[in-house]
Amino acid sequence: MDRDILLQFTDFGFQYKAQSKPTLYDINLTLRRGERILIAGPSGSGKSTLVHCINGLIPFSYKGSVTGSLKIKGRESRDMSLFEISHTVGTVLQDSDAQFVGMTVAEDIAFALENDCVGEPMLHDRVAEAAKLVNVNDYLSHAPGELSGGQKQRVSLAGVLIDDVDILMFDEPLANLDPATGKQAIELIDDMQKRTGTTVIIVEHRIEDVLHRSVDRVVLMDKGRIVADVPADELLSGTLLEECGIREPLYITALKYANVPITQDKHPASIDTIRLTDEDKRKVVEWYRNTGEDEPEGLTEQLVRTESLSFTYDGGTNRSINDISLEIKKGEMAAIIGKNGAGKSSFAKVLCGFETQSAGSIYYMGYEITPMSIKERAEHIGYVMQNPNEMISKVFIYDEVAMGLKLRGVPESEIDERVEKALRICGLWRMRKWPVSALSYGQKKRVTIASILVLDPEMIILDEPTAGQDYRHYTEIMEFLLDLNARGITVIMITHDMHLMLEYADRAIVFSDGRKIADDKSYNILTNGDVINKASLKETSLYELAGICGIDDGTDFVRHFIGYERKHKRGQL
Amino acid sequence: MKKFGVKHIVATGIGAALFFVLGRFVAIPSGIPNTNISIQYGLLAFISAVFGPIAGLLSGLIGHFFIDFSFGWGIWWSWVIASAICGGLIGLLTSKLKIEEGEFDKGSIVKFNFFQLVSQLVSWAVIAPVLDIVMYGEPVNKVFIQGLVSAGVNIVTTAVVGTLLCIAYAASIPKKGSLKEED
Amino acid sequence: MNNIFNYIDKPSPIHRLSGATKFICLMLWSFAAMSTYDTRMLAGLVIFGVVLFRVGNIRIKEVSFVFGFMAFFLVVNTVMLYVFAPHHGSEIYGTSTVLFGSGRFSVTAEQLFYQLNYTLKFFATIPVVLLFVSTTNPSEFAASLNKIGIKYSVAYSVALALRYIPDIQSQYRDISQASQARGIEMSKKASFIDRLKAASDILIPLILTSVDRIEVISNAMELRCFGKNKKRTWYTERPFTPADIIAMVLCGLLIALSTWLTCLNGGRYYNPFK
Repeated sequence: MDRDILLQFTDFGFQYKAQSKPTLYDINLTLRRGERILIAGPSGSGKSTLVHCINGLIPFSYKGSVTGSLKIKGRESRDMSLFEISHTVGTVLQDSDAQFVGMTVAEDIAFALENDCVGEPMLHDRVAEAAKLVNVNDYLSHAPGELSGGQKQRVSLAGVLIDDVDILMFDEPLANLDPATGKQAIELIDDMQKRTGTTVIIVEHRIEDVLHRSVDRVVLMDKGRIVADVPADELLSGTLLEECGIREPLYITALKYANVPITQDKHPASIDTIRLTDEDKRKVVEWYRNTGEDEPEGLTEQLVRTESLSFTYDGGTNRSINDISLEIKKGEMAAIIGKNGAGKSSFAKVLCGFETQSAGSIYYMGYEITPMSIKERAEHIGYVMQNPNEMISKVFIYDEVAMGLKLRGVPESEIDERVEKALRICGLWRMRKWPVSALSYGQKKRVTIASILVLDPEMIILDEPTAGQDYRHYTEIMEFLLDLNARGITVIMITHDMHLMLEYADRAIVFSDGRKIADDKSYNILTNGDVINKASLKETSLYELAGICGIDDGTDFVRHFIGYERKHKRGQL
Repeated sequence: MKKFGVKHIVATGIGAALFFVLGRFVAIPSGIPNTNISIQYGLLAFISAVFGPIAGLLSGLIGHFFIDFSFGWGIWWSWVIASAICGGLIGLLTSKLKIEEGEFDKGSIVKFNFFQLVSQLVSWAVIAPVLDIVMYGEPVNKVFIQGLVSAGVNIVTTAVVGTLLCIAYAASIPKKGSLKEED
Repeated sequence: MNNIFNYIDKPSPIHRLSGATKFICLMLWSFAAMSTYDTRMLAGLVIFGVVLFRVGNIRIKEVSFVFGFMAFFLVVNTVMLYVFAPHHGSEIYGTSTVLFGSGRFSVTAEQLFYQLNYTLKFFATIPVVLLFVSTTNPSEFAASLNKIGIKYSVAYSVALALRYIPDIQSQYRDISQASQARGIEMSKKASFIDRLKAASDILIPLILTSVDRIEVISNAMELRCFGKNKKRTWYTERPFTPADIIAMVLCGLLIALSTWLTCLNGGRYYNPFK
């Protein structure tokens, strides 16, 4: 037996007790000590189930039938206990608030040792050591509420590292992080791996961001099977990603648009490693010159204007906003961006009347709406929360959408008519009698949007409309929003997803520390180094591609790319 | 009786936290000046019915203890204990219901409400006043009137809030069945 | 205020006591105060409590948030006591000394004395409760419970409640704001039942997302070996020092004193009217 093999799946399959079909089929996968692999796949591809098999939740917490074999360090996993597996495999979950079970940083890091009855002085020493390893040693007595998303994730990492595990597994580590923090997270994982020699599994669908640092192999899953288990260069040279509905790195997409052949020897895994021939570069430049640059016509009619708007939470300066003056045009699709705590959501909440400003005023079509109640403002400005589950109170779709109208005392016949209209717009009419629980996440999102649209607002604000969604669902939600926008509804999106902003927002308003620091076309924002730093964003790889190809005006290259991409996506090319 | 595993430990903690937040920060005017409806008992009945008597008992105990703590008016043991017993009793009596498997039909609704009614009467109209007399030497008619009023209000609150929560929760559990699209 | 605990980190002899000691003392003290109606002992406890408050280095200003509730609670109870049982004092003390008025609501010295004792009882526990919440690090609380013999599974439920209260509080706020925008109101205009229904519409998303979260949290805990052994250690646990022993013995003596007084008085009440 090869002692370096930590994990070995042989003809492995799994079927959940409550399901009629298996979720995993014919899994064959071997992981050796010190390897770094990326597991990618769209939602429903079975990658979460695979994660559960590796960390032992299957078969110990989730019941079902296992076929084939999974050996962890040479032992059949079903003959081990969950605790034995946990000493070998450490998992960092996607939801860092759920993983953070201690009341302070130190207690959370200590959690696994406490459960193992480690006593003093060992306990304090090892916590200090682990905290130092991930650089959270200055925050040991902080509560989770006082930490940023990136810091919480570091704490989670320290909490599993402390157990000297052989395998570190990260379940969607980038989902809740802003771009710059996500980049740091990948660098941290990589550095940690190099220093400790641990084996690393990263499960993520944001491939470009993970490949910022190299991995040994990418395992691609689709429909419960492994469809590829190859080095990143090989995967990116093929078309499998696209076929599985996973987003390719943007520079790859651009190269494909320019008809540049992508082969393994060009090392396409990362923008830092890619080697393009002069011929390739020439093709990119040519494509750049030939793409049209029709700007969407400028909108002029003002919908909302804020003047020196300020607001402070009782708690302190975090999340407060300071002296915000801006305009939103009727019919526009814009993004509000900035890192967590920069005041994006606070601004939206003040606009909707959830919170009352400490200074300044808000005008809606020229009228001051400051004195209006939350309920009255909702008929003009709708607000859609990030998690649709936090907005749904009724069992059935129809009732959920009708709720706002019923509470406003609208006559029954008019309710029917308006609900039907909203449901049809959102593509839910045929499912109107279904319980909400039968819907997918994306469909639930539509229900919440329908329940806001039914009040006929001229503008809707969406908080992180696509957070945690794979590329297919992301596209589905965003194309739907685009369609709404085409119907004349002004759409404002709060986000830290740069792709979303580039592709779908004409304009971006950037917040940092409660102030507006930029308000410009999206492509100008994403190529402005100063704004990128302050807002914790990341330069797009397209900009670097332009540099590699000798195109001086990177911003203009990005602009051409977006114009081309939009037409391409909507079938106009 | 349902097994008390890690999931139940977490349910107890989250249940107590919800109980506390609802009891401490959510003010629903009852109509009587300065008096709010104790909506947390609707939640407690739900936790007990879904996660069993131990989770219910401990959620009520911890949650109520924390509420008294945070108001700083001392710990009113008689009522803290009554909350715990209320949670425990509802959990015991409803242990045959299968809400966590998605079953909550009309029959279950009637049973759930009958059991919560009995449990709350025992807790507020018997246990709390008796403890008030034994522990604090309070006058009999005062504590029984207080107890009866609380029992009445909490029973109605739970009948609405608790029942609606159970219905929504049962409906949220995916069940195999055929859903048809309609035109 | 974000948490139940109003922990104020300062150096003081009370802060230095272990959490378990403080919890045991709080229990002993509150049972002593609960069991006796002896005016002298209650007055002693009030004074002792205020002194400890000074020792704990906590200023009145730092706990002023409780005064509103406290006053409200006291006034309501005082009025109710009098309205429902204006002669409870006479029943207890066996005499009736009418000071003024007549009939059902005549004011007797015995009733006033009873209500004085009732109020003293109230003030006998408040300082120690406030002292406890101000000098005990909430992190240490769960560890203390385990230390005094409560099963660690139960103690950890308490820790989880403390951990997730701030999260649930802010989530409730967000959900309730979004519901208000859709038109949910809990104002006095609506009927009692409608108000409850409106409240349920806000609670349903809060509670269903919390139930989802229970599963994720318990997975996270099991993956880090929670429940593996019959015991567990606690990062925040502190060993007992001589000061801890002294504090517990002192509070134990309070119970003894209260029991002794009960025997001496032939009941819980000290009767000056005989």
